Amino acid sequence: MQTDLFLQAYLGGMLIGAGALALMLFNGRIAGISGITASAFTTKIQEGGWRWAFLAGLIIAPLITAMAGYTLPDRIPGSLLTLTAAGILVGAGTRLGSGCTSGHGICGLSRLSFRSLIATLLFMGSAIVTVSLVRYVF
Amino acid sequence: MKQMLTALIAGLLFGAGLTISTMVDPLRVLAFLDVFGDWDPTLAFVMGGALTVYLPVYQFFIKPSKRTLFNEPCHLPDKTRLDAPLLVGAILFGIGWGLSGICPGPGIANLTQGSVEIFVFIAALLIGMIGVKRAKRSH
Repeated sequence: MQTDLFLQAYLGGMLIGAGALALMLFNGRIAGISGITASAFTTKIQEGGWRWAFLAGLIIAPLITAMAGYTLPDRIPGSLLTLTAAGILVGAGTRLGSGCTSGHGICGLSRLSFRSLIATLLFMGSAIVTVSLVRYVF
Repeated sequence: MKQMLTALIAGLLFGAGLTISTMVDPLRVLAFLDVFGDWDPTLAFVMGGALTVYLPVYQFFIKPSKRTLFNEPCHLPDKTRLDAPLLVGAILFGIGWGLSGICPGPGIANLTQGSVEIFVFIAALLIGMIGVKRAKRSH
C-alpha cells in the first residue's frame, strides 16, 4: 500500500478543509470555487473583492508549496479539443448545478445538505461513467 | 481590507492543500475516477481530510450561530429541494470532469503551470459559465 501517499493526500485534504473553513469563519462564505469564480467577474470590486483575493491565494499557493517540493503537474493531458469541450461542460454544469467538488462536495456534505449529496453522487457517477466510456468503449 | 486579507489566507491554504494532496494532477484524478480499471483510491483521502476539518466545526460552531468570528451573518444557501438545473448541471459537470480530470479549484490552482492546455481549459470554463448566465437572463 502507498501509505505515504495516502497520508500526504489526507493532510493535503485537511489543508483544503482549513482553507474552506477560514473562508466561512472569517468571511461567512461557502468556499465554492465555481461560484466564487463566476461571481468575481459579475460583482462590483468593492463588494466582491474578497473573491479576487481568494482566487489570488489559490493561484499563488503552488508557487509557495513548490519550495517544499510539492509542485504542479508537468503536463495537462488531453487534446485542446477535448479540453475545450471539457472546460465548457465544467463551466456550464457547475453554474447550472450551483456548485462543484468544493461547494457541493466539501462544504455541502459538511452542511449535511441533501441537494449537495445528490449533486455530488451525480457528478461523481457521471465522471466515472465518462472515464470508463473513454477508456474501455470508444 | 480585513475581508480581503482573510480571503487571501483562505485561498492560500486551499491552494496549498490542492497541490500537496496531488488533486492538481489530472492524471491522478482520472486514475481515481477509473474505478473499473486500475483504481487509485488516493483522492478519497483528500475528501476525507477536508471533511474531517470542515464538518465538525461547521456543525458545532457555524450551524447554531450562523455568524462569523467577527459576528457578521454567514451567507448560506437556502435552497433545499431538488430541481432539474441541479441534476442536469451536476451530470454535465461530471462529464467534463471525466473528460479532463480537472474541476474548477485545481484548474485555477494550475494557472501558473503555464501550459497552453490549462489556459484553453480555463478560457472554455469561463465561456461555459457566461453562456449559462446569458441563458438564465434571457428567460
